Amino acid sequence: MPLLNQPVSLSHYLVVGAILFACGILCMATKRNAIGVLMGVELVLNGAAVNFVAFSAPFLRGDAELALGLDGHLMTLFVIVLAAAEAAVALAIALCYYNTHATIDVDEGDELRG
Amino acid sequence: MINWHTFFFMLFATITCAFAVAVVVSANVVRMAVCLIASLAAVTGLYFLAAADFVAAMQLMIYVGGTLVLLVFGVMLTARGPFVSMKITPANWLMAGLAGGALLILLLCAAVSVDAWKTAAVAESAAGREGGHTVARIGMALLGLRVDALEQPNPALRGGMAGYLLPFEIISVHLLVVLVGAAHLARARRTKKPIEPPSGTSRAA
Amino acid sequence: MRERMIAEYLTTRYGLPGWLAYGGVALVQCLILLGIMMFAAALFTWMERKVAGRIQDRLGPTRVGGRFGWLQSVADGIKLLAKEDLIPKEADAVLFRLAPYISFCAAFCVYLVLPFSNGWVAQHLNVGVFFIVAVAGLEVFGVILGGYSSGSKWSLYGAMREAAQVVSYEVPLGLCVVIPVMVAGTLDLVAIGNMQRGWGVNWLVFHNPFLFITFFIYALCTVASTNRAPFDLAEAESELVAGFLTEYSGFRWSVFFMAEYGSMYAMSGLGSILFLGGWHGPIPVAEMLGLTYANHAVLGWLGDLLGACNFLFKAFLGVASMMWLRWTLPRLRIDQVMTTCLKYCVPLAAAMFVGTMLWTYALPGGLLPRSTPMGAVAEAPPWTAPRAARGE
Repeated sequence: MPLLNQPVSLSHYLVVGAILFACGILCMATKRNAIGVLMGVELVLNGAAVNFVAFSAPFLRGDAELALGLDGHLMTLFVIVLAAAEAAVALAIALCYYNTHATIDVDEGDELRG
Repeated sequence: MINWHTFFFMLFATITCAFAVAVVVSANVVRMAVCLIASLAAVTGLYFLAAADFVAAMQLMIYVGGTLVLLVFGVMLTARGPFVSMKITPANWLMAGLAGGALLILLLCAAVSVDAWKTAAVAESAAGREGGHTVARIGMALLGLRVDALEQPNPALRGGMAGYLLPFEIISVHLLVVLVGAAHLARARRTKKPIEPPSGTSRAA
Repeated sequence: MRERMIAEYLTTRYGLPGWLAYGGVALVQCLILLGIMMFAAALFTWMERKVAGRIQDRLGPTRVGGRFGWLQSVADGIKLLAKEDLIPKEADAVLFRLAPYISFCAAFCVYLVLPFSNGWVAQHLNVGVFFIVAVAGLEVFGVILGGYSSGSKWSLYGAMREAAQVVSYEVPLGLCVVIPVMVAGTLDLVAIGNMQRGWGVNWLVFHNPFLFITFFIYALCTVASTNRAPFDLAEAESELVAGFLTEYSGFRWSVFFMAEYGSMYAMSGLGSILFLGGWHGPIPVAEMLGLTYANHAVLGWLGDLLGACNFLFKAFLGVASMMWLRWTLPRLRIDQVMTTCLKYCVPLAAAMFVGTMLWTYALPGGLLPRSTPMGAVAEAPPWTAPRAARGE
């Protein structure tokens, strides 16, 4: 298998990140459940985090001196922490919405529609 | 001769992508959550392979152990029937597929566009893979001291080599605000009107 | 890395291909750990019955396998395997089947990075402490999914309680774990264990009064996060039939129990490394007998073996005290569980955190005289702590 013989490069990681990102976008666009949309957001954030980690590893790329190093790791940490905060607030909003609408179908929340 | 680093990368990458796709196609919210857990746990493996050990442990602890438990908890609190599921119309799929597919193609083109990104530094890879002792360095960076960048060779980058003390503090305060805000939003209160049974059609304007 | 040395020896001496040598060594390690976990589960099932019996003034199992009912666990296992495996009609069959194995895998993954003695660890991880806390937190997913997918109200209530309880107790548990880590200055479990070498006064629990209190908060949070009575709200049999386990039977039910006992043992082990010296006893017997690497490699290995027995015994004592708690105290109500966590454990743990921080700032060496100063033992052969290796 030629695919398994060559060392992993930055592009491999970027492809994984791209797939995660696209899946997250698809999930956000198609799900009508508020928590389903939230899961899409988590996927998108993870796609970005994978890219950060990949860019920070010097041994994955030919131009090692341009690697992000620790900055990429710290950015990923901030992404993870903020994703947790975002999930907490979004869940609180979803619960609030459920209290008033008795559902969390996002299509039902169209009361301001003209 | 199989490169074992590549082998494990491919293993984790396949799990990640397969479960990410499963999140999109499954109609049941709880199954979506399970697939998301599997996908994000496999991302942890990718982080370990990229010598980011502290980030990997954090991903496992905060994301998989914290955020996703919250999500599943939210699903259970808001479930109407025994198993929540959703119907998606083909038109919806088409629009989403167009947008997502275009984005995917764009990102894939970007991923393979730079030659230096396609060639791994083989000589350094063995050393880099072994180590990844990032904990102490990350801790010092969060306190405002970049022990890894004391001799930054590139003068263009030297200006941005300050530590991360300020972002760290901002995020701490942000988390406190989020905690108070979420507790305030989700506090128990009596609903004004009784909860109606859900209607299949959307409300009339 | 000892396993790497063995694998390389196999490849160079016997000409085995690399993947076979490394894979074989990894497989043997996994099987050993699985054996330890299974044996612990079987032993504790039997012990639980004996302890419960004695506390309630009866005998417990007496017949199977001779005098003390030694083989009760085996008999139980055979009975469970022979039972009918039911899946309710209302259940989400895939998740229902999957849930016990998620719990079991999470409990098993803890053993992968848990050192049993100086360097006796399947994967020497630089972030071992965090990894263990993270993976132990994943066990809750099995319980939540099992409860949710059963399609039964009792199970769902059990799962909801479990989710709320575990998410809450992860906060004080994480704080309690961070406090000894802060004193030790590393997340590497092997290094933390080796720092407490020597007499019992070197144990981190005696480092300062705040850490002493922290140890008891940690013990409380461990009981709560492994779902043992008096915190077993998820399977409160007097209110919820059997909680999340209501619909489970036979083999899957026993897998949940193996995960529970396995994680009890693992969390006790983590506590013994973080607070009670790990493989370094109250009396440094191995060093007194000269069983160190300085004398001979084989003697050092014997010393490590003695340390491993010491560690296993400490973890065993932790589990035994959990059982003692379970059969002594009545179950708390759910609001009492939450109050204990949010109003007592979290503020106390936070105060201990601040106290330890100030203490290590004012008295870096600790109060009690030490046979070896903290951190100086990091150069101990054959394992060098990453801190020392990096020269930081």
